[in-house]
Amino acid sequence: MTAVPETPSSLKTTATAVQETDMTSPSDAATGGTKTPQVSFREAPALTSPVFEVGGLSVFYGDHEAVRDVNMTIGERQITAMIGPSGCGKSTVLRCFNRMNDLIPTARVAGKIHYHDEDLYGRDVDPIEVRRRIGMVFQKPNPFPKSIYDNIAYGPRVGGFRGNLDDLVEETLTHAALWDEVKDKLKTSALALSGGQQQRLCIARTIAVKPEVILMDEPCSALDPIATAKIEDLMEHLAQEFTIVIVTHNMQQAARVSHRTAFFTADVDDKGVRHGRLVEYDETELIFSNPCDQRTEDYISGRFG
Amino acid sequence: MTASDASSAAGAVSRSLRRTRPRYGEAVIKGMLLTAALVSVATTVGIVVSLIPPAVEFFRTVSVSEFLTGTQWTPLFAEKHFGVLPLVAATLVITSIALLIAIPVGLGAAIYLSEYADPRLRQWLKPSLEVLAGIPTVVYGFFALAFITPLLKDILPSGWTLDVRNGLAAGLVMGVMIVPTIASLTEDALSAVPHALREGSFALGSGKRTTSVRVVVPAALSGIVAACVLGISRAVGETMIVLIAAGVSAEFTIKPLGEMETMTAFIARAASGDVPVGSISYNTIFAVGALLFLATFVMNLISIRLVRKYREVYE
Repeated sequence: MTAVPETPSSLKTTATAVQETDMTSPSDAATGGTKTPQVSFREAPALTSPVFEVGGLSVFYGDHEAVRDVNMTIGERQITAMIGPSGCGKSTVLRCFNRMNDLIPTARVAGKIHYHDEDLYGRDVDPIEVRRRIGMVFQKPNPFPKSIYDNIAYGPRVGGFRGNLDDLVEETLTHAALWDEVKDKLKTSALALSGGQQQRLCIARTIAVKPEVILMDEPCSALDPIATAKIEDLMEHLAQEFTIVIVTHNMQQAARVSHRTAFFTADVDDKGVRHGRLVEYDETELIFSNPCDQRTEDYISGRFG
Repeated sequence: MTASDASSAAGAVSRSLRRTRPRYGEAVIKGMLLTAALVSVATTVGIVVSLIPPAVEFFRTVSVSEFLTGTQWTPLFAEKHFGVLPLVAATLVITSIALLIAIPVGLGAAIYLSEYADPRLRQWLKPSLEVLAGIPTVVYGFFALAFITPLLKDILPSGWTLDVRNGLAAGLVMGVMIVPTIASLTEDALSAVPHALREGSFALGSGKRTTSVRVVVPAALSGIVAACVLGISRAVGETMIVLIAAGVSAEFTIKPLGEMETMTAFIARAASGDVPVGSISYNTIFAVGALLFLATFVMNLISIRLVRKYREVYE
């Protein structure tokens, strides 16, 4: 590899190279790493160098403030889980990270979201460039009604990929642990695959454009436990290379796969309107074993939500 | 235990699973709906069948090859020639002009409405576009004759002589007439494409144009082709516009600047004149009608094949 660039390549440029950053030193020392990790949790390293820094984030749909005052930092090459009851705004926050909320005409974002020290909502930032760096996998598998090959090739083609597409497709599918299952039917429709395979294809499609971050919005909620396990394995494997943020309703999933967990809930104001807010954000192990906030404890112990 | 408890318990035991009273309503409704379905099919079959005997009678006098390859069409004159090519050529030319307008404008309007337009704008733009489809075709015909032809005379280079009745104006106005049909049906097809597919495309870093052209349109292709086929059928079958604006001269030409008579215009003109039943001129009408039917039928078959081959099923 060539020299590490001093600053992250700007979102304003159309450069396709993913920047190389120093990942070895967990510079941002997080506290509480002294406990012996339980077997069921991932080893929880301190917060790595920040990819996203969120400060005072509020999201409005029209006049309705759906999420209020969120502050969190998401570390590089870690899996960050966002959990909480329905309607607490975790998907809304996730969709701010790659500006998918832009597609909703009434949505408005206030506060700070910095991606490698660059304001994600800055005036000159191109949302298309943002989405090429920060990919997304959705709740319901949504492969295009095209062949398996064309699904993978879509992103690179749109991005003006010059190189051997066949190699890229093979490499990507191998990376997503799907190659052996589909190598003989690359030209058949992606919709002929099972739900779990479709979702892994969607993950593969996302990594084919070589993003830095993968956002996952309840990626397993439409899948059976076996397909879910495969995706969790894949996530663990991908976390060596990508920063992953996952929204999930499945608390065991958050406990199994994530390094850090953010617990969201919804406050109901005196007019009966729900406002999502971040209650607690810490290492996954701490959230599940020794949460600071009573609401977190109630939720994870099943007393609420 | 009270008496009422006992009786209801006994009732529950003795109640049979058999139907207590017949449901005639279901059968009546089913019968009426079946009748409605059959009427439409029967009408179509009836029309086709009624075309056959006079057409067969016609081909006893005129050979099929003379009909299909002859370039002179004078069945209503004393010196009769039965070469249908002039009518076929006029139909093809005028339909082509119409489609050259209608398909790009219709698809463009549909993509704009479905993918780009603000929902509030779409709310009134789509219905007002559909109003165009409600204008009687005779009005379009008159519009072509009284406004478009004079306008074309001003616009066209001086060397081009445009007749008062001509294929060009008829074709252009026919194109405008078909736009709402194609636009409305295409918009329906595009809107039916799941939003998740668009999100998937946007999340991979493609813009609106790429998403529309590479994901949404291919996914809606079968609906779009169906819309275009319906547009073509309307163009081929359209009568009033061509009768009024394109004229009656059945000369074999593909130049749309002069008078052109289409198959439909001939049928309308001949059928509204005093043609004796059973005469060769009368049978001619049916022969042309059968040819027209055959053409649209083959076109539908081809389009069904095309759709099956290229469509991207998203469910």
